[in-house]
Amino acid sequence: MGLRDDEGGDPRSLAGVQGLGQAKGREGGLLGFGGPTFLTTKVDFVVNWARRNSLWPMPFGTACCAIEMMASAASNFDLARFGMERMSFSPRQADVLICAGRVPYKLAPVLRRIWDQMMQPKWSISMGACASSGGVFDTYSMVQGIDTIIPVDVYVPGCPPRPEGLIYGLMMIQEKIRHESLSEHYALRAEDPSLVGRPCADAEEVEALAGPFGNSTQQEQLTSLAQTTRPARSEDLLP
Amino acid sequence: MTERVVEVPEPGLRSEPMLINLGPQHPATHGVLRLLCELDGETVLKVTPDIGFLHTSFEKLGEYRTWNQIIPLTDRMDYLAPLIYNCVYVMAVEKLMGLEVTERCKVVRVLLMEMDRIFSHLLWLGTTAIDVGAFTPFLYAFQERERIYQLHEAYTGARITTSATRIGGMMADFPEGWTDSLRNFVETFPKTLDEIESLLTTNGIHLGRTLDIGVISGEDALNHGFTGPNLRASGVDYDIRKDNPYYDYETYDFDVPIGENGDCYDRYLVRMEEMRQSLRILEQALERLPDGPINVSDPRVSLPSKTDCMNDMESMIHHFKLITEGIRVPAGDCYFAVEGSKGELGMYVVSDGGEKPVRWRIRPPSFVNLSVIAKLAEGHLVSDLIMINASLDIVLGEIDR
Amino acid sequence: MDESGSAFDAVEQGPGVSDSPAGTPRGGDGDPAGHPSVTALQGRFGATVLHHEVQAGDQHVVFVDAANNRTVLEWLRDDPEQRYDLLVDVTAVDYGGGNPIQIVYQLWSVGRKRALRVKCELPIDGLSIDSVVPLWKTADWLEREVYDLFGVDFRDHPDLRRILMPQNYAEGHPLRKDFPLRGRFSRAEQTRRALSQDYHDDYTADALEVGGAPGLAPPEPAGSTDEPEDTP
Repeated sequence: MGLRDDEGGDPRSLAGVQGLGQAKGREGGLLGFGGPTFLTTKVDFVVNWARRNSLWPMPFGTACCAIEMMASAASNFDLARFGMERMSFSPRQADVLICAGRVPYKLAPVLRRIWDQMMQPKWSISMGACASSGGVFDTYSMVQGIDTIIPVDVYVPGCPPRPEGLIYGLMMIQEKIRHESLSEHYALRAEDPSLVGRPCADAEEVEALAGPFGNSTQQEQLTSLAQTTRPARSEDLLP
Repeated sequence: MTERVVEVPEPGLRSEPMLINLGPQHPATHGVLRLLCELDGETVLKVTPDIGFLHTSFEKLGEYRTWNQIIPLTDRMDYLAPLIYNCVYVMAVEKLMGLEVTERCKVVRVLLMEMDRIFSHLLWLGTTAIDVGAFTPFLYAFQERERIYQLHEAYTGARITTSATRIGGMMADFPEGWTDSLRNFVETFPKTLDEIESLLTTNGIHLGRTLDIGVISGEDALNHGFTGPNLRASGVDYDIRKDNPYYDYETYDFDVPIGENGDCYDRYLVRMEEMRQSLRILEQALERLPDGPINVSDPRVSLPSKTDCMNDMESMIHHFKLITEGIRVPAGDCYFAVEGSKGELGMYVVSDGGEKPVRWRIRPPSFVNLSVIAKLAEGHLVSDLIMINASLDIVLGEIDR
Repeated sequence: MDESGSAFDAVEQGPGVSDSPAGTPRGGDGDPAGHPSVTALQGRFGATVLHHEVQAGDQHVVFVDAANNRTVLEWLRDDPEQRYDLLVDVTAVDYGGGNPIQIVYQLWSVGRKRALRVKCELPIDGLSIDSVVPLWKTADWLEREVYDLFGVDFRDHPDLRRILMPQNYAEGHPLRKDFPLRGRFSRAEQTRRALSQDYHDDYTADALEVGGAPGLAPPEPAGSTDEPEDTP
């Protein structure tokens, strides 16, 4: 039983991976496989501390949320205290993709390409209602939630969310990073090259996620999403 | 206007132009704009803008919303000056209905529109300075913008997406002390503006980046459809507040800055001066703000008070119908334009007598302004292209709608 | 009107079909004396001016035969008494139900401080009209947008292609009344199409010709040793 399921399943599948913090399974010396050991927890601590306190955001700002993102970076709310003042406009040097604003279908391949160009470790924040679910705009040209295009770690609701909201979302990413472990490196960081440029959700999931609701037409489905194979998240709320 | 001749440094060396894609994700394009540049080295031979990366179909969505439900959509187009959009939309519908708002409402809308003009110009200033390489004005401008954000939030509850107007009036009257905060802003803002000007206006680097860049003559500008500060920087004296005034603008004492050369530097100067003139209008409007009701009491649009609804059956039914069915606008069409922060912002509403529009057309100033960039940037360097793009003051939300 | 329906129903049903029996709604005849350009137009063009009305209190609208739109607009731009030098807007209105589509030109004269709205009607199966780009360069993008969203063909337009929707957009012309709000394809299909755009779709054909394949420069002709010209 290892991290890689050689039986041919999705390499991102967690069928064989231990949960966080458990040391069952194969013993594997100092570095271990499938569970943290003394050395890995110390290394994890340092690596996660370094990663979460020097995230370089990739601002994929499109509309009104981009202005609030700029306001977060400006003096009053100041992302610099989180180590995030260096907005990286090149995806190659970025850690967190902040998709701020509405994304039409014409822009979707651009978003996907930017995400694919980012190197691991990478996280993504869907800032605002339009990026999270299409927002007010359930129309012919809008992507109904960027999680159909790229995998999303944190959703920040609001129209637009206040800068404090964005900061809360960034702190949730930091919290998420705090609970990561190098021993799950493969599960967390694997990317299938054949999925480059393809949407993150398959056709059924897209229909489930993007179905009409609320004010557009009669409500068909609530928010329970189709199961994905992402690793189970640690608590989403900060203590 | 000087003819820009593209000089080839080494004519004997055969070379081919290069095609470079700028955007749609790019720090300096002020939104999701794609500029396809054909370059000969650093010199731009041809630039083709590609837009539509933010097309949200506001106009189609408007056909599915009642007249008042459209107002939250108007915030999200030009998110840099949402109150101007809120105001111009309801002004167009009110004109179609033949509805005259109260005196207090007129002055309140003038106040909000001028405040948002400053709001929009401050963002233009900050981002243009960053494009030239100056980071400090961005921080100063955003600090002042924070104060206007606080004013927005104190009045409407939202920092950007204000939705402050309603057909026939406003969502509410000013809270207590709001006008004092605005007065405080008007008194202290000139100092920051002076500081920013001292950083940029006579700065050699800024002058070198903006003088004689992106020149366009007045006639060409008019033929290409420029409006607003871009047009006035080329010498054409057209400001809707003076030429086709609304809400008693002819009674306010303010000047309209007109440029001479039509280059980036003139566009910069015109906008800086416009901010000062907006402050003058704000002072006068604050002086003359009359008391009285903020909403007109016209049964076609006004909701009866809650007390009346609880006591009187007709008021209850009236309230119910207005909320569930929406207001009805008589058949016809109306084009109404105001001097927005970016140019002539017009709304064309077409009604067939129902509670939803047949057609809602937004005439976005930035859409027409951007189409000229191909002409402005030919023969310039790539970095000048960035500067020209910044000086046009575009917002992609309203271009793509 | 459904009395017991809620506003949500109204939103769901979408725009209704126009209930005027034939043609698009027209206002009553206006008084041409109220606007000097209207009297001049009627005098000059006679039968080409089909109708004149006043909307919203003081906005004069002139209906012009679509075949002569460029002649009329050129006269409006050039005549010394009219001088409508600013083309404010070009747009279209679709009333639905098979009614003609109106092309709307909004004009403003900077010198005379006058506005005028000129409308041309096109039958729904004959959406073709002369472009006014030779008159005002403003019309370039404005007409492209009308083409993109309504499907109106502007003859002699220098570059008539989609502007807001992607180039490979296959669902039709969105602002027409028979086009549903959420588009014709399912969301999954729209996502699939959006992400399957070919690399080369990003570039127009003539853009792709620029640069071309990198090649070697041809050998210098014998005997020419170039010195750089005056430095620019």
